[in-house]
Amino acid sequence: MFKALGRLLIKFFTQLGQASSMVSSCVFWLFKSPLEFSQTMQQTTKIGVESLVVATLTSLFTGMVLALQAGTTMRNILSEPLYIGTLVGFSLVRELGPVLTAFVVAGRAGAAVTAEIGTMQVTEQIDALHTLGTDPIRYLVIPRIIAFMIAIPVLTLCANFSGMFGGFLVSVNSLGVASNVYISDITTYIGVDDLMHGFIKSCFFAFMIGVVCCYKGLWTRGGAEGVGKSTTQAVVTSMVLILVMDYFLTAILNSIGL
Amino acid sequence: MIEIIDLKKHFGPKHILRGVNLKIEEGKTLAVIGGSGTGKSTLIKCIIRLLEPDGGKILFNNKDITHIKKQMELAKLRRSFGYLFQEGALFDSLSVGENVVFGLKYLTDTPKSEYARIAKEKLALVGLKGIEHLRPSELSGGMKKRVSLARVLATEPKVILYDEPTSGLDPIMSEIINELIIDLKNKLGVTSVVITHDMKSAFEISDNMAMLYEGKV
Ligand SMILES: Nc1ncnc2c1ncn2[C@@H]1O[C@H](COP(=O)(O)OP(=O)(O)OP(=O)(O)O)[C@@H](O)[C@H]1O
Ligand SMILES: [Mg+2]
Repeated sequence: MFKALGRLLIKFFTQLGQASSMVSSCVFWLFKSPLEFSQTMQQTTKIGVESLVVATLTSLFTGMVLALQAGTTMRNILSEPLYIGTLVGFSLVRELGPVLTAFVVAGRAGAAVTAEIGTMQVTEQIDALHTLGTDPIRYLVIPRIIAFMIAIPVLTLCANFSGMFGGFLVSVNSLGVASNVYISDITTYIGVDDLMHGFIKSCFFAFMIGVVCCYKGLWTRGGAEGVGKSTTQAVVTSMVLILVMDYFLTAILNSIGL
Repeated sequence: MIEIIDLKKHFGPKHILRGVNLKIEEGKTLAVIGGSGTGKSTLIKCIIRLLEPDGGKILFNNKDITHIKKQMELAKLRRSFGYLFQEGALFDSLSVGENVVFGLKYLTDTPKSEYARIAKEKLALVGLKGIEHLRPSELSGGMKKRVSLARVLATEPKVILYDEPTSGLDPIMSEIINELIIDLKNKLGVTSVVITHDMKSAFEISDNMAMLYEGKV
């Protein structure tokens, strides 16, 4: 029992150490060599395009269900669907937009990144990068982390809009809220600080997903089976960390007044 | 030029290299033979420091390169080397042409306008024509191997480490590759280490031979 726990802890800290040494190499190469600009752009569009539809659809329906739940609750308590726009908007911008988008991207683009880098590892393409004068950190990891950090906040923004639009549809069509009321509920109560709150979260999520997925890819061992294993691990780790980070980020951001 | 002294390498409990001693002279070709799984690939990976040895020393031009850790220094060291991977290790995401010229950007100052010409020229050297636009997944095993060799040749390294350059090729093609290796030595003074299973070509191309057996030469 204690032995197993100890082994788990050792594994956790080894991986943490390896991942942080990867991040420090990233910083090193970021200053030592020009950015692989075309790679970065290519990855950004790939991640963005891959996840756009799923991310907007997910949050569209989330917005719709939020409006429906809030509407029926409000009607039961206050006998009128009040502040639906505010509720939907708040939940999306501060919480669900960043989290759901990060989930979607981790499952879609994150898995793809780990599988690609993992395959390159087991087929010696990573070694080939070394022998041809570049470095996987410089050529693969940095462009991908940056790509996640561009794509995820943008996708989050799209998701927020589509979620609020979903809430709008339900409020106006089935709850009988006037459309200008819904919109002014959003615009009067949701401010720049709420947007910042969500934006900062999604940047942190993006960085973490990039690090986790690249790290798992680079440390893939054991052929095609290994690639499958590390891909699953990358997605699961990312999702758990999103939720854990979300709590702590919320606590920190709230305490500094965002 | 390269001196290997008492080199040791193990993976977990498996001791692969148990004290290899070798000397590779400038402008000469060394053939390394030995059974499958005896650690031939491991040996040349240690030379180019894709693997870090567990014991012993490797000297390159009298400089100890056994434990270089700094990424910049390692990158500089690898500039002198070319490495032909056993399975080719072509980049799936790039076309054949892009694969061949990949190293030019990082290892040389060749202008971009030259890339297409160099890709064509090096592919012709290994007997391939008009396949620049194909993807590695569309090639046969032997073709991959030759594209990979073209990629090594593109950067014109001083030392080339070949991991079974002729395995999986038909006899005629093998002959062409062997002649290419001899040509590189005679015309450009390239130093080579060639891993091979083919005794005939080993005698043909090499100045010296080493046989790896039970982790020793
Ligand atoms: N990364 C690794 N982890 C664990 N064991 C390894 C690793 N790489 C190689 N080995 C082991 O080292 C031994 C030697 O491998 P190596 O690839 O050097 O053999 P080889 O002489 O090139 O064989 P072949 O002629 O089949 O290519 C093998 O038994 C292999 O199982
Ligand atoms: Mg081998």
